Amino acid sequence: MTAIWRGSGKIGTEHRWRLAGAGALLAVAVAFPLVFTNPAVSNYGVLTLVFVAAAVSWNIFSGYTGYISLGHAIFFGTGAYFTGVATKDWHVTGSDVFGLLPLAGVAAAIIAVPLGIVALRVRRHTFVVITIAFFFIFQLMAYNLPSLTQGTSGLLTPTINFDPTTFNNPFYYVALAVAVCMIVLSWLIRRSRFGLQLRAIKDDEDRARGLGVRPMRVKLSAFVISAVPMALLGGLWWYYIGIVDPSSGFDPLFDVAVALMAFLGGLGTVSGPVLGALILEPAQLYFTQQVTSGYVYLILYGALFLVVILMLPRGIIPTGAELITGWRERRARSANPPPPGQPASSAAGRLSGRESGATRELA
Amino acid sequence: MTALLRTEAVSKAFGGVHALSEASIEVTEGSITGLIGPNGSGKTTLFNVITGYERADSGQVYLGGQVITNAKPERVFALGIGRTFQLTRIFPSMTVLENMLIAARHHERSRNPLARMGAPARRHAMELLDFTGLAGHAGALAQSLSYGQRKLLELAYVLVADPAIVLLDEPAGGVNPTLINQIAARVKDLNATGKTFLIVEHNMDFVMGLCGQVTVLDHGTVIASGPPEAIRRDALVLDAYLGVAEDGHGDQ
Amino acid sequence: MTQYAQAVTDGILGGAVYALMAAGLTLIFGVLDIINIAQGILVVLAAYLSYALSVHLHIDLLVGLLITIPSMFALGLFIEWAFMRRLRGRERTAMSLLVSYAVAVIIEGSLYQAFGVTQVSLKAWYITSSVHIFGFYLADIYLIGFGLAAVSLTAIYFMLYRTKFGRSVRATMQDRTAARLVGINVDRVSGLTFGIGVAVTAAGGMVFGATNVFNADSGYDLISRLLAIVILGGLGSIGGAMAAALIMVTGEEIVNIWAPTWSTAVFYAALVIVLVIRPEGLLGKRAVRAQ
Repeated sequence: MTAIWRGSGKIGTEHRWRLAGAGALLAVAVAFPLVFTNPAVSNYGVLTLVFVAAAVSWNIFSGYTGYISLGHAIFFGTGAYFTGVATKDWHVTGSDVFGLLPLAGVAAAIIAVPLGIVALRVRRHTFVVITIAFFFIFQLMAYNLPSLTQGTSGLLTPTINFDPTTFNNPFYYVALAVAVCMIVLSWLIRRSRFGLQLRAIKDDEDRARGLGVRPMRVKLSAFVISAVPMALLGGLWWYYIGIVDPSSGFDPLFDVAVALMAFLGGLGTVSGPVLGALILEPAQLYFTQQVTSGYVYLILYGALFLVVILMLPRGIIPTGAELITGWRERRARSANPPPPGQPASSAAGRLSGRESGATRELA
Repeated sequence: MTALLRTEAVSKAFGGVHALSEASIEVTEGSITGLIGPNGSGKTTLFNVITGYERADSGQVYLGGQVITNAKPERVFALGIGRTFQLTRIFPSMTVLENMLIAARHHERSRNPLARMGAPARRHAMELLDFTGLAGHAGALAQSLSYGQRKLLELAYVLVADPAIVLLDEPAGGVNPTLINQIAARVKDLNATGKTFLIVEHNMDFVMGLCGQVTVLDHGTVIASGPPEAIRRDALVLDAYLGVAEDGHGDQ
Repeated sequence: MTQYAQAVTDGILGGAVYALMAAGLTLIFGVLDIINIAQGILVVLAAYLSYALSVHLHIDLLVGLLITIPSMFALGLFIEWAFMRRLRGRERTAMSLLVSYAVAVIIEGSLYQAFGVTQVSLKAWYITSSVHIFGFYLADIYLIGFGLAAVSLTAIYFMLYRTKFGRSVRATMQDRTAARLVGINVDRVSGLTFGIGVAVTAAGGMVFGATNVFNADSGYDLISRLLAIVILGGLGSIGGAMAAALIMVTGEEIVNIWAPTWSTAVFYAALVIVLVIRPEGLLGKRAVRAQ
């Protein structure tokens, strides 16, 4: 993405195409609920956007640093409960509740710091499990502190007096705003100094330390940055669905779903998680609604999972990018065959690729 | 001539293996010092202790007059010590230029972490890539580089932050003779501008041709130190490498 | 006082079974660098197998082990060969999480399809009876479970340290590439190890099913516990998994006396506390320059 192409001007046109594409998508997204006024359809929109934002946020931490977190549901659930309790205790109504969401984000940031400090001291394999452990502790607290969370009966929203025909729209646009902000932030991070450090940590954390990168500081920052939007989304989701209980606010499948979306689209890319969420969330909603014969949907879901991971290990976007680059190279080569005596660029690339591959194996 | 880097009686054991036993070395400022010794003599361990990748069991490490024993790697780097690894380590999923930019923070004037790396940093990185002959690969993924190119990249990105002293761990290892000469030439050029080097190497021609001072390590202690000619003829050194003595000391 | 002693005894007996299942999980990680999230649902599957054999074919649970152990072993071989073997590269462990999770979801769905959502439990004469020693009640099923775990773990230990195959396994655990270079068929070792790691769920499943009501949903809680045990003990260390299992289950039994609703928190809290002090777990190796 930061490739320096000497004097071909390709950066200019590529950049312009990308911006145009993003702009078009945004326009479509904004117009979506106005065109498709059927609440069943805009419902898909709301939930999909929630997961787009969640996947992008999760990716900022887990995708860029390579530390897979299966505990981000902690922040989602905390956001949901925080918003719920605050709405009740402070008697907030109507669209004022949306104003509580940033506060939920702050709450998430506050708990993310100690959680991160503890969890980020360990190796990657251990890190995954410690996020799971934290997750279950939080879920347990939700069950066992009914004075705060209403326990298993769940925390209900007060009646919402939005216009029934466009009920979904406020939620849709808030979710869209969060999603857009996170996508922009993700893009900014990736091309920034901070992003370089994150990716260096992913590739070789110890080596990065020898170049002055401070791992705890960098990882913790990414962790907190990814936690805040989760809480916002949790609060929004609570208000939209109408209720949160310990098993839905702290759902073990949440992180896995988000992780899969990021993996499917391309872990560590900006648009990968977006694509993954756009594909998987509507598919999941459709499956759970249509395939009512028992639990076949679970089997299909798992099988789809498997196929995706085994066939596209790096995700759609990177694999796609590779195919395009390969196709471009082949086209360029057939248009300009190399002068005799010089190896074709791809042959040299293959040679060094094999060499470097072998070096990596033995290293 | 002052000692820029100095270790004093550094010891380090791994279980029962005493990798370093009271190792005391001195690297004069502005010199190219070689660190040689048979396999297992503790050279890389000493590097690891100096750069904070291993904790010393005892002893001290000094940079200038400052004690830096057991400082973390990121701090050692910030203090001006750069280091390469025996098994070349680069950042495979990032481009060659991005590899360079990781350490280029010092040339970055903007303090905003979300800002893109600015032109001065990029220029400096490209200069160093030019210097090592990798400028044409700036946009390529680091993992596509050949072994020799990776060695050059590692050397280049270590230099980005302008360290006062560079520790090279087997820079000539597994590399063809032309490239070895290239690396030696680069080291000489950098030394002429005032950079100090401490080089671990097995390639004697490389060491003897490049280093003004050579220190020899055997079984974790320094057994000799001096100009290359003296070392070449030192009985203890020969003994360590060839195991001539009766008590069976050899390069196990 | 006797309450505590009873809790400790229950903890040791019950912990042994968890130790066995966790040993399988940690062995898999040690040799293949894979975290098998499906281990939990595989225990449930094994429990259902025992259930089917017992209810439909009237085969006693213990006798049924003669069928379930080889079956789970074979399933383990299949899963490794079909899915895990393709995982390569630096992201291998992260990918294994997702792949094994996918396998777990498939198994879970299949179990729901086959057996529905009703919770069931395994029945046999020795489940409700207990031995009365020194004022303690030692439930027969726990004793049986302890016995099975002890025998299995001893067998695994014997295999690892006294057989040629075990040497190959240990070599592969230390360094896969080096093992290949000395002629060890790493793929075969991996497959067989995965098979063994899954086979232990047969006995574990039987005891679990006999001492709990379960359905396909029970897999989540199980795998969380097993993961916590394995990490606490140190990834790859069987001795560590055993120690951790005994500690955590006993701890849970004790806390159960004061605050039953929080007892499961002990599991996870213990994990967090240990990791804060010693990030590599009880018996894990100090992370060298690993990631």
